[in-house]
Amino acid sequence: MVKTIASAAMPVDETLEIKKARYSPQGRDGGKRISIVTGIHGDELEGQYVCYELARRIKERPECLTGTVDIYPAMNPLGIDSITRGIPAFDLDMNRIFPGSRDGAMTEYLAAEIIRDLMGSDLCVDIHASNIYLTELPQIRINELHEKELVPLAKLANVDFVWVHGASTVLESTLAFTLNSRGVPTLVVEMGVGMRITRSIGNQLVDGIFSLMRELDIWSGEISGLREPIVSSDPDEVLFLNASRSGIFIQEARHNTWLKKGESVGKVVDPLNGTVLEDVISPEDGLLFTIREYPVVDEGSLMARILRSGERQGD
Amino acid sequence: MERKVLFELPSLYRDNFRVTGLTFGSGKKSLCIVGNTRGNEYQQIYICSQIVRKLRELEAKGRLCPGHEIMVVPSANPYSMNIEKRFWPTDNTDINRMFPGYDLGETTQRIAGGVFQAITGYEYGIQFTSFYMPGDFVPHARIMDTGRDYVDKAEEFGLPYVVIRKARPYDTTTLNYNWQIWDTKAFSLYSATTERIDEESAESMVESVLSFMATEGMIQRRGHQGYRSQVIKDGDLVAVRPYVGGMFQSGIRINQRVLKGQELAWITDPYDGSVREKITSPVTGVVFFVHNRPLTYANTAVLKIVPGE
Ligand SMILES: [Zn+2]
Repeated sequence: MVKTIASAAMPVDETLEIKKARYSPQGRDGGKRISIVTGIHGDELEGQYVCYELARRIKERPECLTGTVDIYPAMNPLGIDSITRGIPAFDLDMNRIFPGSRDGAMTEYLAAEIIRDLMGSDLCVDIHASNIYLTELPQIRINELHEKELVPLAKLANVDFVWVHGASTVLESTLAFTLNSRGVPTLVVEMGVGMRITRSIGNQLVDGIFSLMRELDIWSGEISGLREPIVSSDPDEVLFLNASRSGIFIQEARHNTWLKKGESVGKVVDPLNGTVLEDVISPEDGLLFTIREYPVVDEGSLMARILRSGERQGD
Repeated sequence: MERKVLFELPSLYRDNFRVTGLTFGSGKKSLCIVGNTRGNEYQQIYICSQIVRKLRELEAKGRLCPGHEIMVVPSANPYSMNIEKRFWPTDNTDINRMFPGYDLGETTQRIAGGVFQAITGYEYGIQFTSFYMPGDFVPHARIMDTGRDYVDKAEEFGLPYVVIRKARPYDTTTLNYNWQIWDTKAFSLYSATTERIDEESAESMVESVLSFMATEGMIQRRGHQGYRSQVIKDGDLVAVRPYVGGMFQSGIRINQRVLKGQELAWITDPYDGSVREKITSPVTGVVFFVHNRPLTYANTAVLKIVPGE
């Protein structure tokens, strides 16, 4: 059943609608409820495949559904349609306006209606796809303020990595922060890369969502072999490799591989002079979980993130 | 006047990104003025250029008071301005959401960090900035509610209003917020326009800054007849929002006094010109903000009014 959860009239002959699809046993509401959200950032499309594939598998085995699944594939329809990360015309990051306000501007109103519709979910999964610059290993990011409730759930989601990060005031205006602080556990997934669909990781997350549904008694069907994620909550475990020079980044290491200290991640080159500006090497042994996809870098641009492996020198 | 590069970042195919400071006088770091941080803040860089012009005249006449260092940074973002883009060219991030910056972080964090280091330690800081919604403002000074203890200083600009803003989560990464955290008395000055140069408003803003400097003993200059500022909280402003979107038509200008119930604007149908909504003033007061784009969205503030008889 498809339902419009928020709508607003655009100035010229168009209605903006945010929609969700609800799947529940035998067409009746019941049991617990999971909400799958994506498309807050209009240029992140990995979640599109996840929503489609999740719906397809539910429809294939409707008898296994014992609770409610709500799928919200396009929180920012104007952004998705116009290859825009934020909300076009307002130049606003939609994930910085929550909880919104029912009598605020159009954008704030939409945010408030989204929260209103999501309230009451037993679990929410907000799927992001990094951005157009970086490819990410399927991972769940958790604000340290909500670590206790969320880490056990994140472990069931079939991701490779669970990253507990520090709290920051700016992040208080995200969808996840708002829901988590109002009692709806919300997992933020980052995976793949912007503007693309990677089916393999999409399928991986769909398996993870069924595993969460099983845990919540929403799904009685089989679930396939799950992986145990690495959980990191020590900020010193994640190494950031930022470009020391502006240039063109050429990948050398493969994403999602374990690197030895000193091994090459890539190069920053100058095509005009045919020179190497920077050899990007792994400063420690560790897992290459983020790698730059978009070749043009400015000084400071992130090229890779490495998760240090357990046995560090001096430990 | 001395010209100094405060921060520089080499690029692959463009000239180096440079943030330049123009310094007058020496001694106590008394005042730093920052122009545009976004690429479309033309009025903001323009005002800075006019302040520099005036300060050079005063310098030539020997009317800068000794013992004060005054630095003007007309642009913290020439790259975006040169390509007519509001935010950072490659990743669309906003330098004014990156303070206090981080020298090992992403590009705009490094820029913010490098610039902040160079502009910190001044007693007063003035930033010319713009609002994310398109519209014209009554010229005013804003300070954060966390900087409320120097509200009397904000009145020295002689601008019609001083607005005390309640800091929200996203404010904590602006220049103004971080300046005042690091003990610079910071003011954000809003001129009438952003993308369009308004000479009259620029000129009066220059006068305001000079009269502030004269009051603070940084320059010798006869005082200008400014306003006796009215201090308001941002929550006092009454936002007027149409129920519907459409074409926005209004004859109302900023600073105009309006009566409760007075017709202020019309939202018309873009196809047949019929009036979708008549917007009347919910209060008696002075128009503080007017939307300035042809279209408007439902529920989005098109006018803001300072209530008062
Ligand atoms: Zn995202």
